[in-house]
Amino acid sequence: MNSLTRLLAATALTLALGSAASAKTLVYCSEASPEGFDPALYTAGTTFDAASRTVYNRLVEFKHGSTEIEPGLAESWEISEDGTEYTFKLRPDVKFQTTDFFTPTRTLNADDVIFSFERQLKSDNPWNQYVAGASWEYSSGMGFPDLIKSIEKVDDLTVRFTLNRPEAPFLADLAMDFASIMSKEYADQLKEAGNESTLNQQPLGTGPFQFVAYQPDAVIRYKANPDYFKGKQPIDDLIFAITTDASVRAQKLKANECQIFPYPNAADVESLKSDPNLEVPSQEGLNVAYMAYNTTQAPFDKVEVRKALNMAINKQAIIDAVFQGAAVPAKNPIPPTMWSYNDAVEDDPYDPEKAKQMLKDAGVENLSMKIWAMPVSRPYMLNARRAAELMQADLQKVGVSAEIVSYEWGEYLEKSKAKDRDGAAMLGWTGDNGDPDNFLDTLLGCDAVGGNNRAQWCDEEFDALVKKAKTTSDQAERAKLYEQAQMVFKEKAPWLTIDHSTVFMPMQKSVKNFHQDPLGYHRFDDVDIAE
Amino acid sequence: MQRFLISRVAVLIPTFIGVSIIAFAFIRLLPGDPVQMLAGERVVSPERHAAIMHQLGFDRPLVMQYLSYLWGLLQGDFGTSIVTKRGVLQEFFTLFPATLELSFCAIVIAVCLGVPAGVFAAVKRGSWFDQSVMGAALVGYSMPIFWWGLLLIILFSGVLQWTPVSGRISLLYYFPQATGFMLIDSLMSDQKGAFLSALSHLILPSIVLATIPLAVIARQTRSAMLEVLGEDYVRTAKAKGLSRGRVVGVHALRNALIPVVTTIGLQVGVLMAGAILTESIFSWPGIGKWMVDSVFRRDYPVVQGGLLLIAMIIMFVNLVVDILYGVINPRVRAG
Repeated sequence: MNSLTRLLAATALTLALGSAASAKTLVYCSEASPEGFDPALYTAGTTFDAASRTVYNRLVEFKHGSTEIEPGLAESWEISEDGTEYTFKLRPDVKFQTTDFFTPTRTLNADDVIFSFERQLKSDNPWNQYVAGASWEYSSGMGFPDLIKSIEKVDDLTVRFTLNRPEAPFLADLAMDFASIMSKEYADQLKEAGNESTLNQQPLGTGPFQFVAYQPDAVIRYKANPDYFKGKQPIDDLIFAITTDASVRAQKLKANECQIFPYPNAADVESLKSDPNLEVPSQEGLNVAYMAYNTTQAPFDKVEVRKALNMAINKQAIIDAVFQGAAVPAKNPIPPTMWSYNDAVEDDPYDPEKAKQMLKDAGVENLSMKIWAMPVSRPYMLNARRAAELMQADLQKVGVSAEIVSYEWGEYLEKSKAKDRDGAAMLGWTGDNGDPDNFLDTLLGCDAVGGNNRAQWCDEEFDALVKKAKTTSDQAERAKLYEQAQMVFKEKAPWLTIDHSTVFMPMQKSVKNFHQDPLGYHRFDDVDIAE
Repeated sequence: MQRFLISRVAVLIPTFIGVSIIAFAFIRLLPGDPVQMLAGERVVSPERHAAIMHQLGFDRPLVMQYLSYLWGLLQGDFGTSIVTKRGVLQEFFTLFPATLELSFCAIVIAVCLGVPAGVFAAVKRGSWFDQSVMGAALVGYSMPIFWWGLLLIILFSGVLQWTPVSGRISLLYYFPQATGFMLIDSLMSDQKGAFLSALSHLILPSIVLATIPLAVIARQTRSAMLEVLGEDYVRTAKAKGLSRGRVVGVHALRNALIPVVTTIGLQVGVLMAGAILTESIFSWPGIGKWMVDSVFRRDYPVVQGGLLLIAMIIMFVNLVVDILYGVINPRVRAG
């Protein structure tokens, strides 16, 4: 048996290597199957990696490895004085991909841009319900149907977005996946053939790679787009080998069955680092884990009580126990990699003695509270239960007895929103578009009370600052407003800010030029592999 | 025989309806709903939530939802996945060949090793062979599949590098999936080495999936053989001077096989359950993994349709076992 398998394996390997020499192939062990291939329909990062970052482009793009915006399909743009008109000049001669299922007859123009957005915005658009129950999650979630008044074609290569109100993060929003630009010609052809749903199964765009085939739950194949407007990619073939188990991904990397993979188990990182053929770069993730007090309920309505509890909890101990060090303590609600991060903010120090005194001064004795712990592992908090146990022990030391509660994930999300929620709820957030507004207003603004604002915290001063920043187009000015807002946040302490986790990306040393992305995307444009 | 068949098939109808109700109700009993699970941390406003639920038809009374689901089923419509927007039946048949291929290999391993091991253990009752087989069976039966799979990967793929880590075939091979069975498709393709690659990918997952059925079959065969070996007719056969091989192989084994065949039939359910974990470990694109993902996403149509289809397969296999049972044991037919 053993010699038979050895023979089989050896034969397969020899043959495999023999056929591999001809083309440069990069295999990425991805963590899950994409939900579909129309990025505007979905919200998962896995889907974006597989569909939008490979096949499509957007009007503006995030710079590789940063949250800054750079020209994409639009080579330039103008914003009107009042911040409500955005006019984009499209790059000329951008070709859509030629595949075995579609041959384009024209290059990119304003019609493609209008088609890509209007299908999401207008319920009477023929493509609005091309798949049953299409809810255009991101576009609706970000309020695009209310925000965008009209999109007009000025000429073939000029398109103008008119907004109902000024919205500073709008440009960053257009770099997000749901704003990927599709080919109207391809869509028309599908419609004519009565195969509309193919748009979600065989994507076709202008991006660096073109779609070849998808075998559900197993493998997605792409090849380099020879007509890509930034030039052909260094690799010829890109393969996503879908491997859901993190330990198995690690084994596959060691066996060189794939050359790069995301989300290793914290426990595997050391052994991967010690392998001489591998490297394990890391970066702080664009995320935050927090515990939100219900600031509308006594005694958590008192700032000094919240501050005292924050000082009673040893964050470093949580990071050591849960992340084995692969995270940094958080002091602000936005991560350090984000622009406007205020490093001058001083965190509440870990000081149980002082915390005890502060509670006493506030007249709080024998406090018993609930700590809500998520039932699932999230990138910003790998083990909420363990973290809650450590908090429970810390709080015990200052005379606060804590009970840990948890619910099934869907129910947890629902119940933790309730305005009359009892106790402090642990949760977190991963940034969507690199704009501070996506953390500060989304999670802490007055409009989000009863929703994303799990602290039910509506502070006039804070809210005025973030609302003003939202309608200011000058980034330096916005940054100042956000810095002030972070000061107010720390002073009023609606949350215990817990951590920003570190993201590891193990890879073979032969992989060149891979940039870790602060937004958590896995992009393979410009990546090369040494032979 | 005809009456026997008709009565067996007739039982399937209420079973089918019962399973469809359970499958329909089960996923809805779980807290959370598809809209919320898709949104994750992002809060969906109550109005939007209601609008999407309406769009999906989940705001109607449960009885109405069930009846329209049943009506669809009768017309062969198993619904459309909320997430991938593809037909449930289409997804099922894309993925099912992978599960079937793996389960088939596993059951072949389990039967080919389990039955002889059980027979020998019974014949050599109390010997070191008997004790080690039964010890191994107990260990195999109690083995957590997840751990066992990872252990084999680390040993055979990691340390010894004899087998590939996961997947169905080396990614360097690429050919159309005519049947969905990788062994057949790779043979039909003109790519050299594809079949061996597919075969080498099948070894570890088949062993892992075969472990529990193998243990059960070996134990069942042993106890059935022991019982039969003590019967009068076996003693008579021995007394007639028949060879030991003939006594064990023909007189004893044929009778002992009746409960064993039932056990093998029942293992199909165990295989389906085991496939869920095995497929997750070995990134095997089958229906087990598909079902688990869909439960997490509260993809109602997929979970209820998938459960129903799996139940139908198990029902079908049990029917075949019942018929086989009748072939092996004429008394069952008569009864």
